[in-house]
Amino acid sequence: MTGADLSVQIGNLILNNPVMPASGTFSEPLAEFIHLNDLGALVTKSITLDVREGNSSPRLAETPAGLLNAIGIPSKGVQKFIAETLPFYAALTVPLIPSISADTGDDFARLASILEKQSVVRGLEVNISCPNLEDDGKSFAMDAEQTYRVIRKVRQATSLPVWAKLSPNTQSVVEVALAAQTAGADAVVVANTLLAMAIDVETRRPKLGNVTGGLSGPAIKPIILRMVYQVAKAVSIPIIGVGGIRSAQDALEYLMAGATAIQVGTYNFVNPRGMVDVIAGMQDYLQRHGCSSVREIIGAALSPLTGAEEKQKTAG
Amino acid sequence: MSQRTEVRRAIEVERQAIDVRQAIGVVVSNDWVNDRYKHMTVCVPGLAQVSQPGQFFHLLCGVASAGPLLRRPMSVYKMDPLRNEIHFLYHVKGEGTQLLAQRQGGDPLDLVGPLGQGFTLNSRWHRVLVVARGVGMATLAPLVAVARRREMAVDVILSARTPRDILGAREFAAMGAHVFPVTDEDGSSDLATLQSRVEALVDQGQTDALFTCGSARLTRMLRDVAIRRGLPGQVAVEEHMACGIGMCQGCTRVFRRDGKDVHLRVCQEGPVFPLEEVVYP
Repeated sequence: MTGADLSVQIGNLILNNPVMPASGTFSEPLAEFIHLNDLGALVTKSITLDVREGNSSPRLAETPAGLLNAIGIPSKGVQKFIAETLPFYAALTVPLIPSISADTGDDFARLASILEKQSVVRGLEVNISCPNLEDDGKSFAMDAEQTYRVIRKVRQATSLPVWAKLSPNTQSVVEVALAAQTAGADAVVVANTLLAMAIDVETRRPKLGNVTGGLSGPAIKPIILRMVYQVAKAVSIPIIGVGGIRSAQDALEYLMAGATAIQVGTYNFVNPRGMVDVIAGMQDYLQRHGCSSVREIIGAALSPLTGAEEKQKTAG
Repeated sequence: MSQRTEVRRAIEVERQAIDVRQAIGVVVSNDWVNDRYKHMTVCVPGLAQVSQPGQFFHLLCGVASAGPLLRRPMSVYKMDPLRNEIHFLYHVKGEGTQLLAQRQGGDPLDLVGPLGQGFTLNSRWHRVLVVARGVGMATLAPLVAVARRREMAVDVILSARTPRDILGAREFAAMGAHVFPVTDEDGSSDLATLQSRVEALVDQGQTDALFTCGSARLTRMLRDVAIRRGLPGQVAVEEHMACGIGMCQGCTRVFRRDGKDVHLRVCQEGPVFPLEEVVYP
């Protein structure tokens, strides 16, 4: 029996399947465990223009069904990334989507135009939502106007597909998603980690060196799933759902809520083969339910008139 | 050869050299060795052969959706290539190790490894000094075994809270190491006392290198001794980890390398580091 078609389209980019790693939870060592070409795309840890050391330790704290992190985007800088990291990906066929991070809209645009010149780069994920950098966890993606401003600059700087990585730490993720769409984003990635903290009662100090950090893992899945559902009702560009996925069932929920593709994050740390398992489980589900394409289930949980039809329209 | 082929070959070569795996082992035994530590033996084909002293495995302590989310890093206590067995000696302390302690013979154990950079033994060395605090001896045990097999003289200082907590004294003596147990109970593990002891051993015994694991205070002291005497040294560092395979950047600590303070990943650049690179805040 031939399998269901897992391919999906995001902007002008066709992915072999809808599964990819979330930024910051994947790098080259995963090639020890899986064939990276089996994935739909590869999203890197965020790259900055200059070298950054990242936050002081401790950078991690485990919480019930979750992981709190304040890594702080350590980066070797874009030039070293091009010289040392990109050759690894040039040997692969899976689309590479570097994540970029910067403190200003102009620096985002500069990064975009530098990376656009690299043929191995097939798109950019614009990380306007990292909660761990400075300013008490504030980020561009908390605000619709800031989001529009930054995504617009990136859009004008490159013809590559632009994915806006949104923050759940905002009054209205729908407004921010619409701002990204208006600014010309090809997709929105919903979402980054939730701003959170933990305290060691013995030392009476915050557990993270950075005090606050981002919560990821199964604990946040229902929250982000709700956001994907809400955003899916409002935008016409594809959504990439990310938050707490550790099974094909989790991934399918996101697709049914309206995501065209999904990212696996924290679960990569637990099960290096996790993404491949998710793809296999997805294929198994589609065959059991007689679906010839994964696209049949995208948006299935949205009401038929406003959701599925509209999605089909945009996918076609 | 094209650049692409070269890169692909480099990846292939690296893959073979590292030989990291995710595997399901079978617990052979899991017994208490005193009231705080357990000794677990896991049968898993092929991994004992490629494990080096100082390397670690990343263990899934819970099952499926129950238990803590993340794996727990655990250094190799013993490799038994003939029986395809890996041994772990661990302090039953938190949620993860408490779940691990419940495993019985025949139970499966999901492990990833061997991981990280292990200890290195220079073939020119004739005598090494090993200083272990508490369960740190488990990490150093395979190093002592390899050093003895290479016919190096090995002095081992075992430091613990009480004589009951001293582990491995007989085992190391049986390998032909000179064992010096010290405890908090009789004050012999006091830092100043221990430092004089280390310096005396270094002075009389032509020590070529120092090794340690298990205590930040001891590590600092040994680093200072190593620097003063111009001796090489290595420390196995412990840190909380998420991925354990170099991706998440969560287990970094600041080390002094090439004259600069840099964040290095304990799981990837470590867990064994040169003593002189150790910086503590």
